[in-house]
Amino acid sequence: MKPLEGLLVLEFAQFMAAPTAGLRLADLGARVIKIERPVKGEAGRQIAIRNLFVNGDSLVFHTINRNKESYAADLKDAADLERVKKLIAQADVLTHNFRPGVMEKIGLDYESVKVINPRIIYGIVTGYGSKGPWALRPGQDLLIQSLSGLAYLSGSKDNGPVPFGLATADMICGAHFVQGILAALIKRAKTNKSVLVEVSLLESVLDMQFEVITTYLNDGGKLPQRSAIEGNGHPYLSAPYGIYETADSYLSLAMGDLQKIGEALICDLSAYPDKTSWFDKRDEIMLLLGAQIKSKTTNQWLAILEAEGIWCAEVLTYAEVLQHEGYLSQGITQEVILPDGNSLSTTRCPIRINGERLYSPVAAPRPGAQTEIINQQYHLI
Amino acid sequence: MKPLDDYLIVDFSQFLSGPSASLKLADMGARVIKIEKPGTGDICRHLYTSNVIMNGESSVFHAINRNKESFAADIKNETDREQIWNLIKQADVVMHNFRPGVMERLGFDYQCVKQINPSIVYGEISGYGDTGPWKDKPGQDLLLQSLTGLTWLSGNAGGPVPMGLSIIDMLAGNHLAQGILACLVRKSINGEGALVQVSMLESAMDFQFEAITTYYYDGKLPERSERNNAHAYLGAPYGIYQTANSYMALAMGSIPQLGTLLGCDALLVYTDVAEAFHKRDEIKAILAKHLLSQATEYWLDILLKADIWCAEVLNWEELMKQDGFKVLDMLQEVQMSDGYKYITTRSPITIDSELLKSSKGSPKLGEDNDAIINQLLNEHHG
Repeated sequence: MKPLEGLLVLEFAQFMAAPTAGLRLADLGARVIKIERPVKGEAGRQIAIRNLFVNGDSLVFHTINRNKESYAADLKDAADLERVKKLIAQADVLTHNFRPGVMEKIGLDYESVKVINPRIIYGIVTGYGSKGPWALRPGQDLLIQSLSGLAYLSGSKDNGPVPFGLATADMICGAHFVQGILAALIKRAKTNKSVLVEVSLLESVLDMQFEVITTYLNDGGKLPQRSAIEGNGHPYLSAPYGIYETADSYLSLAMGDLQKIGEALICDLSAYPDKTSWFDKRDEIMLLLGAQIKSKTTNQWLAILEAEGIWCAEVLTYAEVLQHEGYLSQGITQEVILPDGNSLSTTRCPIRINGERLYSPVAAPRPGAQTEIINQQYHLI
Repeated sequence: MKPLDDYLIVDFSQFLSGPSASLKLADMGARVIKIEKPGTGDICRHLYTSNVIMNGESSVFHAINRNKESFAADIKNETDREQIWNLIKQADVVMHNFRPGVMERLGFDYQCVKQINPSIVYGEISGYGDTGPWKDKPGQDLLLQSLTGLTWLSGNAGGPVPMGLSIIDMLAGNHLAQGILACLVRKSINGEGALVQVSMLESAMDFQFEAITTYYYDGKLPERSERNNAHAYLGAPYGIYQTANSYMALAMGSIPQLGTLLGCDALLVYTDVAEAFHKRDEIKAILAKHLLSQATEYWLDILLKADIWCAEVLNWEELMKQDGFKVLDMLQEVQMSDGYKYITTRSPITIDSELLKSSKGSPKLGEDNDAIINQLLNEHHG
C-alpha cells in the first residue's frame, strides 16, 4: 500500500510548480483530481517545449500530469461551482497557484473554503509571496532565477549571467510545496483543523541557495567569484572542481587532495602545496590540469583515477546514460498508456517505499475525462 | 504550534543531502539529533571545501546544521551503541546517507532498527541505488551532474556546463524529506512505519523529467542555442541579454510584437510562430544587439506595461536591497551556544501564516550529550 492512499487532492493549479507537487502526491498514493475549465482545460496543456504535442496536449503537460484525473467545471457558473464545493467538502487537500485575489473573487479563498471544509489543507503557490511590490509580477521560472542571484553561479566569469537550463525554480518550489502539504496533514492529525500552506518560487530558489547565501552573508558581503576557466563547477570550490576536455570527450573531477590528484594525472602541482592556493590560484591550476587531461582519453583517465580512489566521472549525454546499466538497473523509466493505446516513456517517482519502486501506467487525462464518474462517486449531482 | 513538534529524528547523515532534509524537518518542529563521531564529527564541519570559516568550522556546515542537536557517539563502542539504541527506541525517524552496505555492517540498518522500533520511518540516501554497476561510486554532486546528462542543458552550445551549486544533493534531500513526511502522515493515521529510499541518481533524473521524456519521444539530444541560452528546448526570446547598463531576462513574447514594442524593425519579419524556435539563434542575435542600445530600466518599463514576461538580473547584493525581497522576511539571525551569531536563510515554507524561523544556531560537536543523556536516556535505562 502506498503511504498516501485514501487522501483526496483537488488541484486548481496550472503550469508547472504546483502540478509537479500534485504528481508527487499522486505517485505516493493520493487521488489527485485536476479541476479544469471545460473543453480547454488548464493553460499548461498548450505550453510546449520543442513544439511537441501528443493527443492534443503538449508533451510537457503529459509529463507533469500523468497519474491524475480531470474534472471539468466553469467556476463562474453557479451550478458548476456548487458541485465543486460539494467535492471540496470531501477533499483533504486543495492547491492553486492563481495570483493574489483570483480565488477571493470566485469565493474559494482559504477563509471561504474553511467554512465548506473545516479540515482542508489549503495550499497556495505564488511567484513572490502575497504582498510587496513584486506580488503581481509574473511568477515565471527564468525571471525568478534572474532576480534571485542564481544566474551568477554557473558558467565562467566572462560569460555574464548564466541561468540553470531547466525550470529549476518551478521544480524546487514544487518539492517544497509537497513537504508543506504533508507537514500540514501531520498537523491536522493532531488538531483536526484546517491548515494553510504557502510557498513561493522566489523563497524556494533562495532556499536552494542557502549554503552559498549564508556564506555570502558571513563573508563580508563578498559576491560569488566564478572561475574564468570554462567547465568550472562551483564558484566557492577550489581546483580541480570542474569538467575538463580529454582526448576524446570530457571528464569531471570533484573535490579532493590536489597533490594526490596531480600525481595521478602526472601533472606537476608542487607550486601549490597549501589548500588556500587551491582556491586562490584555481584558474592557473585548472589550466595546467586541462592541458594534461587533454593528452589521454576519458577511459584512460578513469582507469588511472578510479584506482587511486579519486572522485571523477565521465560526462554522458542522454543517449549514453539512458542505455547505461547504471541507469537501467534502477528501473527509472516507466510507460504510461495514452487513451489512443500508444504509450509514452517517462521517468518514475524518485522515492522508493519499503523497497518498492512507485510506478503508474495512468496517462494525463483529457479535460473533464472523469467528470461523470466523480459526480457519481462523490454524489455531486 | 509547528507541525512536527514532539517528533524525534535520529540523524546519522553527513555532508549536504541528508542533513538538508533533516534541516527542513527541524524547521517544521522536529527535534533532530545528529549522531556524530567523537573528535571529528560530520565531515562537513571541516572538509567541505568552502574557503569561508565561521567560528572555526565551514560556513556550509553552519548553514545546513542550525536548529539541530549534536550527540557525539562512537558507533563502534558498546556503551555508545547502547545509548544510540536507546535514542532509536524513542525516535520517529532514523536517517542516514552512508554508502550501500555500511549501515548493515554497523548493525543499524532498517531490518535491525525495525525490530527494536517497529513503527520507525527509516530514511536513506544513496548515490546510485543499492544495486547495479554504479552502487559503489562516490555519490558526489558534480559526478551525478556529469553522469546524468544535466551538463548539456545550461550555458551556450559547446562543452558541458555544470550547474554551479550542489543541485542534486539539494534535490535528493528534498525528495527524502517528502518520502519521510508521506510515511509520517500514514504513521499518524495507522501507526505503520516504513523504509524510505532515495538516490541522487533518481533525483537527478526526476529533475530532468521533462527533457528525458522529450528525448524518449523524439530521440533528439538537447540543443542549446549559440547565444543567450536559458533552456535548450525553448525558442527565442527565452534568455538573458546584456543592456546598456546591466542584464535583463526575457521569457516570452511573439517576435513581431517584441519588434514593435522595442522599436526593432529587424524582428518584424519573423511572423511564423515556428521560427521563434527554428531561427532562435539569428533572432537572439538581433535582439541582443538591439537591447545593448538602452538601459535595463528603459526596456522593462516598456515591456512590463505590455505584460511581457521580463525581469532585471540581480546579484545577491542588489536583490537584498529590493522591497520585493525585504517583504519576504527571508533572513534570520541564529546563535550558537557560545554566543556566536550568524545570518542565514529561513525555511521556505509558511504554515498557517507563520514563518518557520528558529534562533538556534548549529551545535558544537557533542554539545548536547549531557542534556540528551539526562532527558532521554537516563529514565530509559533499566
